[in-house]
Amino acid sequence: MKPFGYTITKDRQIDFDANDREVTGFINEVEPSIRLCMGCGSCTATCSAGHFTDLNIRRIHTFVQRGELQHLKKEIMKCMLCGKCQLVCPRGVNLRNLILSIHTALEKSGI
Amino acid sequence: MTFNLFVLPFMLGLIFLIISLVKKNRNWIREMDSTDRKKLKSGLHSPKLIIALKEIFFESLLHRKMFRRNPLLGFMHMSFAFGWFLLIVFGNMESRIYSGFWINPPYYPIFLKFFIHDKHVLPFEIFTVPGFFRFSMDLILVFILSGMVLAILKRSHSKWFGLKSNTQLQFSDKVAMTCLWLIFPLRLVAESFTAGAYGYGGGFVTQHLGNVLAYLWPLNDKDVAYSFWWMYSLSLGIFFVTLPYSRYMHIPTELVLILYRNFGILPRKGSEYLSEVEVLSCPRCGICIDVCQMDTAAGIHNIQAVYFLQSIRNQQVMENIATRCLVCGRCQQACPVEIHADYQRIIQREFFQKSQRQDYSYLRKETTPRAEVIYFAGCMSHLTPTIPRAMKKILAVAGVDYLFLDEDRSVCCGRPLMLAGKSAQAEDLIQQNKRKIMDSGANTLVTSCPICYRVFREEYKLEIRILHHTQYLLELIKKGKVPLQAYFRKVAYHDPCDLGRGSGIFNEPRELLRKVADPVGIKSDGKDSLCCGGSLALLNAGTEEKNMITRQALANYLEGDPEILVTACPLCKKTFAKLSPVEVRDIAELVEEAIPR
Amino acid sequence: MSKSAIIIGGGAAGMETASQLARLGIEVDLIEKQSRLGGHLNSWDRLFPNRRDSKEVFEYLEQDMNDGISLHLNAEIETILKAGDRFTLSLRDGKELHSDALVIATGYEVFDARKKEEYGYGIYDNVITSVELEEFFRNNKQKNLFEGIKSKRVGIVHCVGSRDEKAGNLYCSKLCCVTGVKQAIEIKELMPDAEIFCFYMDLRMFDRHFEEMYYEAQEKWGIQFIRGRLSEASENPDHTLLLKLEDTLTGLPLKMKVDLLILLVGFIPSPETRRLAAMLGLKEGDDRFLCPADEHTITNSTTIPGVFLAGTVKGPASIASTITDARSTALQVATYLK
Repeated sequence: MKPFGYTITKDRQIDFDANDREVTGFINEVEPSIRLCMGCGSCTATCSAGHFTDLNIRRIHTFVQRGELQHLKKEIMKCMLCGKCQLVCPRGVNLRNLILSIHTALEKSGI
Repeated sequence: MTFNLFVLPFMLGLIFLIISLVKKNRNWIREMDSTDRKKLKSGLHSPKLIIALKEIFFESLLHRKMFRRNPLLGFMHMSFAFGWFLLIVFGNMESRIYSGFWINPPYYPIFLKFFIHDKHVLPFEIFTVPGFFRFSMDLILVFILSGMVLAILKRSHSKWFGLKSNTQLQFSDKVAMTCLWLIFPLRLVAESFTAGAYGYGGGFVTQHLGNVLAYLWPLNDKDVAYSFWWMYSLSLGIFFVTLPYSRYMHIPTELVLILYRNFGILPRKGSEYLSEVEVLSCPRCGICIDVCQMDTAAGIHNIQAVYFLQSIRNQQVMENIATRCLVCGRCQQACPVEIHADYQRIIQREFFQKSQRQDYSYLRKETTPRAEVIYFAGCMSHLTPTIPRAMKKILAVAGVDYLFLDEDRSVCCGRPLMLAGKSAQAEDLIQQNKRKIMDSGANTLVTSCPICYRVFREEYKLEIRILHHTQYLLELIKKGKVPLQAYFRKVAYHDPCDLGRGSGIFNEPRELLRKVADPVGIKSDGKDSLCCGGSLALLNAGTEEKNMITRQALANYLEGDPEILVTACPLCKKTFAKLSPVEVRDIAELVEEAIPR
Repeated sequence: MSKSAIIIGGGAAGMETASQLARLGIEVDLIEKQSRLGGHLNSWDRLFPNRRDSKEVFEYLEQDMNDGISLHLNAEIETILKAGDRFTLSLRDGKELHSDALVIATGYEVFDARKKEEYGYGIYDNVITSVELEEFFRNNKQKNLFEGIKSKRVGIVHCVGSRDEKAGNLYCSKLCCVTGVKQAIEIKELMPDAEIFCFYMDLRMFDRHFEEMYYEAQEKWGIQFIRGRLSEASENPDHTLLLKLEDTLTGLPLKMKVDLLILLVGFIPSPETRRLAAMLGLKEGDDRFLCPADEHTITNSTTIPGVFLAGTVKGPASIASTITDARSTALQVATYLK
């Protein structure tokens, strides 16, 4: 008899407790300035790559803090590291180092 | 009888050292690509060799540049280097007098006072040939010993010499250092005991010291002396053997570096062996610490070039130290050996970034309209709209057929990626921009941003003229295309790191500025100018640390009370504007303002 | 000899402190560097939250002042010296004044929007500040401002020069949000078919009736609030402005064209205040505003006996709270002088 089952759809909500936030902790330690983000969005607004593709660094940062890291690897590959985001940030978040630390953190944890 | 068993440690050590150096150099030459090898060959047969030898004399021996920055440090290094050199040269000449041969075994001049005891020469007899040499050898020995006292003081009171803290010494460093410090005192004692035992043969120091020693230890002085000659030979031998594994490798490597540099062999892609040569050449003088703004302004003491190069030598490079540098070029500028510390810093960053990919496939091919001149304002100029606006006005007045390539949106020039160590990944961006520039058919590329300017010149391999806007505007003015009626306000000019030290462009911005304003004198100017702190290469630093650097730079530029602080870089402009009590403007803005309406 | 006090600054705080002290029988010298009293009160048209005419408040404060006050207009201070319990002020015109107490009520200045170059103030035609807008309303010059507007779209940018490390000011200027909402309503009143957008990071509607004003702005006037901070504005050939921001609530970058851009500029500590404070050895906070002796319990005196503070020298404050603060200062001064 053929196996018969239902497709299990993933939750469309953030299950905060289920997320492994160890990688988040590592990134926050390497670049503590990211804790200052107030979500104003100037970074995303000024992004050079944003003219060509949908790179949203504010959202990337928020996902990092929530522990939702799965699809970030592809996202951060789009960044040109030009530094405009960092230059407009009113809180002085070191965004370029955030991108580089996400790279390192994802590599280290094998995601 | 001109041989004794005790010379063996010295001889064996020397042979080992020579073989070691030959092997190392052969490896380096083997790793050279054909371009560098050609340069080496042609250099050796050209006047460049004489220039190199002259530099070796003035820098490796006399330490002239070091002397100028820090006389105490310079004296210390000079006494060892030049003193030892003189000992060898004079020693060889002295030994020729006594052996009668032109060629003597290497140990003979070193241990001359063991083998010959000339009773016909008095210690203070300067005006006979042997007397002159006798006197000089002692004098040189004293010279070296005075430097040695300083060296010992440097380890315990390093602040007097510029090194804020002494870095960890490896085991081989400790052994080599101990032996080096023993060599000359042992020579002094050995020669003195011998002179005392015989009653003659010594110089003005060694004879008198010898006589005192003979008085204090009247028995078996010849045996005592013999044991000291053994120790002298051993200390030399062990020093030679440990040298290739210690920081003193800088002595022979410096010479090679100077030769290579004078032959035009400079760090670039394809010359990885040169990194090793540069790393080993660091004499650890500590001058790079004195000029590093991270240290003087932000109180960060562990990232300077000397420490970083040491970490490379010991293969203990830490990523967070590699990323914590302005790459402003001040250390490179001040280095008496001209080590390209900035370049080495970025190479190390490359190692940490090797595995990480970027994906720019979202960039599509775009059609580019034709134009004679391409104006590339740079990413940062979107945040300083006054600069491209001024440029547009000036270009319109001058009637230039130009295309503002990144007016609506920009593909980054690629240098920020390279500064982060991702030069391979920057290729995609470079190709995108390059294609657009070539498609336009332009013969000139003008940019407002020194960071872009540098990468256009160094990496893009474009066949057209590449100019920073200060150079282009000066050209237009000289051709009479831009009428000026300037206010000549009192201003201070800040050389952006990538334009000044990075690209060697100091004169054109100043010439342009003098046509529209009245620049005041500045303490740290030109090649010594201070970094604004906004560096894109500083990946790992806090906001307050950067602010401290900005404030230090501001204090320097605003000392002469200018009305305006003028710069030629949008990033510098934004960084200074944050904290400057005085208006910050770009040169282009001043030029545009001076155009009569 | 009756005790005297010198009040430096003839704005709302200075005026009210002077009135109260004079009423208590203390000799008052009021020093003002401009040619008239009122300070920034003269810059506003209608005050939040009830949009009443600022001239009414000024007249109230003026009438309260009486003959016990010696007024010195156009007076600039050269030096201040404290000897024992006495203060000696030397004015630039040579006059010398003495007193037993000193009140610093020198107020604030407004952030220079040219520092935020990327918003185009001073570069593009149709970018103005909230202060300039108030001036237009006050002098009935709205017609000039709104005449050329075609599609009638107005953008209002919050937090210009405040909460911004890049502008050198980390603090919140408190009152710009409610000012923006007020001005949005006022513009909509003039141009009922205009579209007004407020670009904010947070809406700080902290005081009584402020939140209700926000409610009214949305419900009655149809003002639209977009949560996103402008990264840059550029000018179109027709002098309209192209704005770039992220609409954070949808998570998508947004660009839009507006005819007029109004920048809500914040408070900055005035350089003159800082100069006087340095002369007296008064303590400045990290935000460069002056510090009272205690943040909760002694908010009108400083650590220097005889030196008092009133109003916005201590930080952003509304006119209502400034007047209340001034009265509190007067009480402290009177107690001290007894």
